[in-house]
Amino acid sequence: MTDAAWAKVRLHVVTGKGGTGKSTVAAALALALASHGKHVLLCEVEGRQGIARMFDVDPLPYAERRIAAGLDPGDGRRAGVVHALHIDPEAALLEYLAMYYKLGRAGRALDRFGVIEFATTIAPGVRDVLLTGKVFEAVQRNSRNKGAIEYDAVVLDAPPTGRISQFLNVSGELAGLAKVGPIKSQSDTMMTLFRSPRTAVHLVTVLEEMPVQETADGIAELRANGLPVGAVVVNQVRPRDIAADDLLAARSGGLDKEAVREDLEAAGVTATKTLVDGLAAEARDHAERRALEDAQRALVAELDAPSYELPLLAGGIDLGGLYDLAARLREQGMA
Amino acid sequence: MAARSSRTRVGPLAARSGAAPALDVDALLDDRSTGIIVCCGSGGVGKTTTSAALALRAAERGRKVVVLTIDPARRLAQSMGIEQLDNTPRPVTGVDAAAGGHLDAMMLDMKRTFDEVVEGQASPEKAQQILENPFYVALSSSFAGTQEYMAMEKLGQLHADAQRDGSYDLIVVDTPPSRSALDFLDAPERLSSFLDGRFIRLMLAPAKGPARLMSAGIGLITNALTKILGGQVLRDVQTFVAALDTVFGGFRARAQKTYALLQADGTAFLVVAAPEPDALREAAYFVERLGEDRMPLAGLVVNRASPAPRGRLSADEATTAAARLRKLDPTSLTAGLLRLHADRVRTTEREAVLRERFAAAHPHVATAVVPALPTDVHDLKGLRRVGTLLAQG
Repeated sequence: MTDAAWAKVRLHVVTGKGGTGKSTVAAALALALASHGKHVLLCEVEGRQGIARMFDVDPLPYAERRIAAGLDPGDGRRAGVVHALHIDPEAALLEYLAMYYKLGRAGRALDRFGVIEFATTIAPGVRDVLLTGKVFEAVQRNSRNKGAIEYDAVVLDAPPTGRISQFLNVSGELAGLAKVGPIKSQSDTMMTLFRSPRTAVHLVTVLEEMPVQETADGIAELRANGLPVGAVVVNQVRPRDIAADDLLAARSGGLDKEAVREDLEAAGVTATKTLVDGLAAEARDHAERRALEDAQRALVAELDAPSYELPLLAGGIDLGGLYDLAARLREQGMA
Repeated sequence: MAARSSRTRVGPLAARSGAAPALDVDALLDDRSTGIIVCCGSGGVGKTTTSAALALRAAERGRKVVVLTIDPARRLAQSMGIEQLDNTPRPVTGVDAAAGGHLDAMMLDMKRTFDEVVEGQASPEKAQQILENPFYVALSSSFAGTQEYMAMEKLGQLHADAQRDGSYDLIVVDTPPSRSALDFLDAPERLSSFLDGRFIRLMLAPAKGPARLMSAGIGLITNALTKILGGQVLRDVQTFVAALDTVFGGFRARAQKTYALLQADGTAFLVVAAPEPDALREAAYFVERLGEDRMPLAGLVVNRASPAPRGRLSADEATTAAARLRKLDPTSLTAGLLRLHADRVRTTEREAVLRERFAAAHPHVATAVVPALPTDVHDLKGLRRVGTLLAQG
């Protein structure tokens, strides 16, 4: 069922332009991956508590919390579990220091004298390295973190497309800072994972000009940095149940209104002129939008990355909507 | 307090029952005392398009306008002649000047703006030293809030220039595409508090303080940092901090001045949102924050609203009828049309509920609703269309 390309992937990084629904897609992907009895961790790093809102739970602490059962596989087997983690850089730094350096009094002094704040706000790339470092630790659990859950997959709701290469390119970011020493070697280990086939960076877009352009730029940048491009997830696609010739007719104002009127009456709807004209006008708007989407879809097809499509949900996104989208990702083989 | 309430720029013009008062965009643009319009909101809600459309409309109604954009779409930038990042306003061609107005546009170059601030504040050698330091490079290119701070800095510069030579009587500002709309207001404070931070003062102390009171603490920290990062880093930090010290005062004074400018009467904030829960929640935070900071709010622009359905057929009726037709003919065109109609009704109903909730919590915020366009906006014609829709909102 699952496309072979994703079978080996342990870390799914989900990025996208603002407003394209990358957090929604990350959540749906986590539910889909957790379908066949898998343990999946969904991480967020932008301090928004978006996961808590989507899953309707209390704001997440810096700790792994069980938030939902995976998508029902529908074959009698049990679904897995999705855990969530809200990563904040200050907590990650303190944890890192405690895990790797027995600093004791000096560790507390670092916090008291504002070094932690300084390091997480200004030191070049340190903030990103701490965030990605924690994600790395969740993917590749080590003996220092005793009793931690071993996940089959980790999904990262990552920063937007414009920043993703910089965010993942931790060695590059640290170049001006740590040329030698333990941080340097740790960031190199992280890069090995991020550049390996065990990582996939998925880009979420909608079928509009600017998001598609940004997706193309993002893919080029990821490839230039040696980072593995995963799938393009096309979100908020309009329904495609109207035939191409009918769309053409709708755009040129040539829909057979009389036939529509007869259909409406046959279905028990009073077909006033207002209603028939209204439906024709709505069809014209839709046809224009479909033409734009089709043009952008052709550009997405040229991106040399597998693509998956998710519909625009008229009812908005709630927990049920997330499972709906998860099922569609699964049907198409993304999970 | 008195300054804020001295005039009500945009009031409830039409009292619609249960709805927010309408925002009169043209009255706002035509009001000669409106000197600055700041468009803010969370990412992906169409701030850039809204600010460009407002600027064009104002110019074509006779104002002398400059629009400061942050990250316009490539084709829009090209059509406005600002694809070059040179940090200087350029005239936009194709603007109707019949009413006596004109429009300049520029795209913000964050790093260059920051470099110019440093160069303006420090001696050439000192400036050079700062510009080359790796911590400065990070601060000027990736510090959370630098873009917002530099947008404010540039706004301050444009305003000062305009005051001096009368080149503009209206500045329209787009704000950076951050996750949170509040980032724009928080940025100067974040930068100042960072520059005032304990660690920075600690780093300066050995150089300045006659008695090294905190030397025990410093020893601990220096050792810890050296252990983790190596000695070079610590030396870079010290150089950076010492070099920046001379320009700190300047930074802080400028940030305060720009903040005061934003609170002044001639400024109007427009909060831009999409009819989605997250975007409207951000808008609500922002509206509340503007109130707390005594900043003049002109209103809310809800972009990308789904166009209203035609006819009175409900979503349920349409869905039922579509199902009946599909039973007879699975490819029925009319069934497809009915489904489109049902989706549109459901979407507009959901959006209306979201807007009503916002209006219930913030009943005095004048609102303009701009329907989503079926295609992208990438030329002056498209901007004019958006401007008209804003004015009709």
